[in-house]
Amino acid sequence: MDWVNAIIQGILLGGLYALFAAGLSLIFGVMRLVNIAHGDLIVLAAFLGLTVTTALGINPLLSIVIVAPVMGLIGYALQRLVLNRTLGDDILPPLLVTFGLSVIIQNGLLEIYSADPQKMSAGAIETASVGLPGGLNLGILPLIMFVTAVVIIGALQWVFYRSAWGRAFRATSDNQDIAQLMGLNKSHVFGLAMALSLVVVAVAGIFLGVRTSFDPAAGPGRLIFGFEAVIIGGLGNLWGTLAGGIILGVSQNIGAQINPGWQLLAGHIAFLVILAVRPRGLFPRIDG
Amino acid sequence: MPETILEIDALDSFYGDFQALFGVSMQVGKGEVVSVIGANGAGKSTLMRSVTGLLTNRPDMVRFGDAQIGALRADQIARLGIAMVPEGRQLFPSLSVEENLIIGSQVGRPGDWSLSAVYALFPVLAERRNQASTSLSGGQQQMVAIGRALMSNPDLLLFDEISLGLAPIIIKNIYEALPDVIGTGMSAIVVEQDITRAVEISDRVYCLQEGRVSLEGKSGEVSRDAISKAYFGV
Repeated sequence: MDWVNAIIQGILLGGLYALFAAGLSLIFGVMRLVNIAHGDLIVLAAFLGLTVTTALGINPLLSIVIVAPVMGLIGYALQRLVLNRTLGDDILPPLLVTFGLSVIIQNGLLEIYSADPQKMSAGAIETASVGLPGGLNLGILPLIMFVTAVVIIGALQWVFYRSAWGRAFRATSDNQDIAQLMGLNKSHVFGLAMALSLVVVAVAGIFLGVRTSFDPAAGPGRLIFGFEAVIIGGLGNLWGTLAGGIILGVSQNIGAQINPGWQLLAGHIAFLVILAVRPRGLFPRIDG
Repeated sequence: MPETILEIDALDSFYGDFQALFGVSMQVGKGEVVSVIGANGAGKSTLMRSVTGLLTNRPDMVRFGDAQIGALRADQIARLGIAMVPEGRQLFPSLSVEENLIIGSQVGRPGDWSLSAVYALFPVLAERRNQASTSLSGGQQQMVAIGRALMSNPDLLLFDEISLGLAPIIIKNIYEALPDVIGTGMSAIVVEQDITRAVEISDRVYCLQEGRVSLEGKSGEVSRDAISKAYFGV
């Protein structure tokens, strides 16, 4: 039963990893930008959540209502003012600039919040659980996070394939010049994509901050999990990204079940094995 | 000549350090069809990119109606009413046939062209509306590219080498459909390598050679000899 429990907890954890990954995947899909600062933006969202939560005395999960639009605005401004200038035929400038951004965010957070680990408390809901047959217990909070992740991925999928925004994202991704001829200002379209990405990052960051402790240096680790989930699932396929997150989460929990020290190692090994066997990921891009 | 809708005035255009156009001047009247002919590398595509805003120039070098558009971005120019059927069709592969058409209407200009009007012009597209645009034949893809440009209800429509890479029978069909398209009072610039077609379809013709206008005249009045001379420079 411990094993079944490890797998179920791993699946639930995978939802969070998929949230780390979804924004990353979206940005890469629309503008071929690899955002090295993605993990640090997640941690930034967690700290913003902490500030809002302590200032207003509300539940951290509620702070999403404020943090998500703020992160969206930050994303739009960041894209229009900084990142759009780095995009071009050369893939190196955006990598370097987002790497620099990562350093700036980490040090900025360190300056403001100090290096102390922080955690947000969501109250009684954190310890609530439902019993399953066989003596298993499902935490309510991990369950909420998982369901939210599935809903967000589904919503992103809908936006991408069924809405006017998604049409603009796909057209601009296909051919920037011709998209521009259709009256789409690519600077604005990219701004919207980054805004959407950082709205997802806001949810991911706050979930992270409620689930575990975080500090200003926690970003790069989240970035790795996000990357791994995207690659396992296959680039450009959001449901694949969810599956990638789940595989990563389950692998980590199985590793931890064998030996508590093996948690991260098991996740990385699963990633490397899949990369070796299926270099394009398990579910490479499908349309519709 | 009717009222001028597009005025290109001594346009010098550059790709980086390379100058592709030298003092090109050209006018298109309201409702007029103008063809631009010239060999490979004569500057036809540069001219199209300059008019649509994919290449930016000095503001006053290109005027559209009352507006100086030489330095505007392509999306701003599209909103003013210039659309292009680009060379090689260049449909969006991630979008279905219908989505490719809908995105053409993104600029939100009112007019007669709508999904149903495009489907009436090219019925085969209605049957394939939900297919991926990449699954169509070359001729059908060209229909989508034309429909996509029409969906913005432009005042000026640019056709860039629409016969390139298509079978002769398809080219014939497409050119037979053109009068329905531009007969509605729209102005058009047709860029062609096929001189006979270009002369047939247009009111006036410009020939480019090495980035300069080497000939201009009424399509019915310019002789084949004059065109050959202007085209090849011999």
